[in-house]
Amino acid sequence: MKSDHGDIELAGVCKSFDGITNVVDGVNLKIADGAYCCFIGPSGCGKTTILRMIAGHEDPTAGEIVIGGQNVVGLAPVQRRTAMMFQSYALFPHLTVRENIAFALRVRGQSKADRLRAADAMIEKVRLTQFADRLPAQLSGGQQQRVALARAAITEPRVLLLDEPLSALDEKLRVQMRQELRRMQQELGITFIHVTHTQLEAIALADLVVVMEQGRIKQAGAARDVYAHPHDRYVAEFMGGQNVLSGRVEKVNGTSFTLAQAAPAGIEVPLQARSTVSVGDTVDIAVRRDDVALVRPGRELPPGCSNSLPSRVLAIEYQGYFVKVMLDTVPDDEFVAYVPEKTFFADPFTVGDVVMATWATGSALPLAHESRRAQGV
Amino acid sequence: MSAVVADMPKSDMSKPVAPATTKAIAPSKGGRPWTFYVLSALFSLYVIALYGPMFCIYILSFQDIRGGLVFPMKGHSLHWFVDLFTQVRTGDVKGSFDRSIKLAVIVTLITVVVSFLAGLGFRKRFRGDTFVFYMMIGSLVAPGLVLGLGTGLLFQALGLNASWYTSALGAQLSWTLPFGVLVMFAVMSRFDLVWEEAAYDLGASRWQSIRLVMIPVLAPGLVAVALFGFTLSYDEFARSLQTAGSLNTLPLEIWSMTLNVTSPSLYALGTVTTIVSFIVIGASLGSIVLIQKKRGSSAKG
Repeated sequence: MKSDHGDIELAGVCKSFDGITNVVDGVNLKIADGAYCCFIGPSGCGKTTILRMIAGHEDPTAGEIVIGGQNVVGLAPVQRRTAMMFQSYALFPHLTVRENIAFALRVRGQSKADRLRAADAMIEKVRLTQFADRLPAQLSGGQQQRVALARAAITEPRVLLLDEPLSALDEKLRVQMRQELRRMQQELGITFIHVTHTQLEAIALADLVVVMEQGRIKQAGAARDVYAHPHDRYVAEFMGGQNVLSGRVEKVNGTSFTLAQAAPAGIEVPLQARSTVSVGDTVDIAVRRDDVALVRPGRELPPGCSNSLPSRVLAIEYQGYFVKVMLDTVPDDEFVAYVPEKTFFADPFTVGDVVMATWATGSALPLAHESRRAQGV
Repeated sequence: MSAVVADMPKSDMSKPVAPATTKAIAPSKGGRPWTFYVLSALFSLYVIALYGPMFCIYILSFQDIRGGLVFPMKGHSLHWFVDLFTQVRTGDVKGSFDRSIKLAVIVTLITVVVSFLAGLGFRKRFRGDTFVFYMMIGSLVAPGLVLGLGTGLLFQALGLNASWYTSALGAQLSWTLPFGVLVMFAVMSRFDLVWEEAAYDLGASRWQSIRLVMIPVLAPGLVAVALFGFTLSYDEFARSLQTAGSLNTLPLEIWSMTLNVTSPSLYALGTVTTIVSFIVIGASLGSIVLIQKKRGSSAKG
């Protein structure tokens, strides 16, 4: 009796296509049943390969893939009870929407009446009833995607795998389909694994965000954890919304340490519970862009802010509800402040102005330094 | 021909054509440039050179009993068509026609099946695929007559009797298979392998994915391959000359008639074979249109 649970465990999963380099390099991960999990990373980081291995379209070179307590390595997708939604949707061009959706039932040998009835029910679920007799080429991108979703869902999978499902759509449709995916996931109550390279997509959708780099998992956690508490520089920069500063530790006291930086007094950073920092170490810290306040030189700093870095405004971008101000605060790294629109326009800066960039001392986050070491390997 | 046929599945018949009311950006005051007239003249000459000779034959085949082998035309009747099928002295037209059609059908079937399998084999790259590919199409380079001669010699050396359904079949396949494979590759380049993967993902067996996805998607292309196989075989002369054995195929029969028949019934034969060719081409194109229509009708927008 097969388990109906769609919880997934990857244990030491490796994949190598050429026998020399591992595209996926020892991935361990647990995904809960019914979770919406997003794999995110730049192209070539191995996220799609992991997806294809879970789907059964590639076999891992080493390691185990366990779905619902059963090692599925070597099984066909149908036996795994997974279904995949392909990036280009892969709709059969010669079959109508209804026939496409009924395809899985057709190859199982269901009678025509049965399978078309089941397909029609699914078509209704994805709101395509009026398009049931069309060919894929006669549908818009969003409609094609719904067909692909329905075609995958009709197999009653316990895991649905989506390979960059929104990348072929335009911006507006992408946001709309994002909600639709989430709605479908909740309706079906099954595990969704979604591969993307768009940060916004991942944090908007996922219960579990998995950030990948070069075949390894850099950080896996809830969207808010990964975004607000990036593990290291790579995750902070990839997820965005953070300024990453690097510097040498000047002094350490019980609850905080000081980072030597452009600021005359250094930067005071709170010490995390478990991290050990000693004088002389080079440390990365992250400061959220929306935590940065800009003050004209000579003015009083907002309460709680002890660090202030003199900077020059390099560029200003109006973004609607906030204004993106780019600064030359640190020599090598980008430093950006997201200033709320109303605050900004109460006393607008212009390019070339000198400002003090400051933030509440407690909001700076020291980052782990593993990324550099891992890259060196 | 292949380009036209292979393009058909792509054209969307339901797509409305934009009304030609929009004007071109280029000013059209001065009429067309002189190059237009030069190139049109060139194209007209090309068309005349292409079809003129054939029309001479067709026209001359409709002369009456006084008709000769050259212009001017003497009267008009169907006399020479009747003569073609009644007179024994014109040769074994009916028998050779039968053999040619049968041979073309066999060649077509083998070409379609083998080309399709080759297309399947070359879906993914493999070690030595370039070498295998050149081996397959290499025989196109060999002069047909020489190849036919060689085939005839080989059969003789092996002590086999040359005949249209053995040695000529083989010699013709050496001609149609490379062509079929080339056309098939062009057709396959439009096949997205992800369809096959999707079929597998949905639980289709290999055979189901070929039967329910690949063949239907590739059907218009397969018809094109078939058309190629048929017309190449039906017309084939050089390779069959030394390999057909004692019984002639139609092109060989026509050739021998040019040596000893001195009446317009030769032209009548040309007209008849052309009509047969047109029927075959028409049937092929018709079947492609039918495939399209079937998809269109099940997909009423």
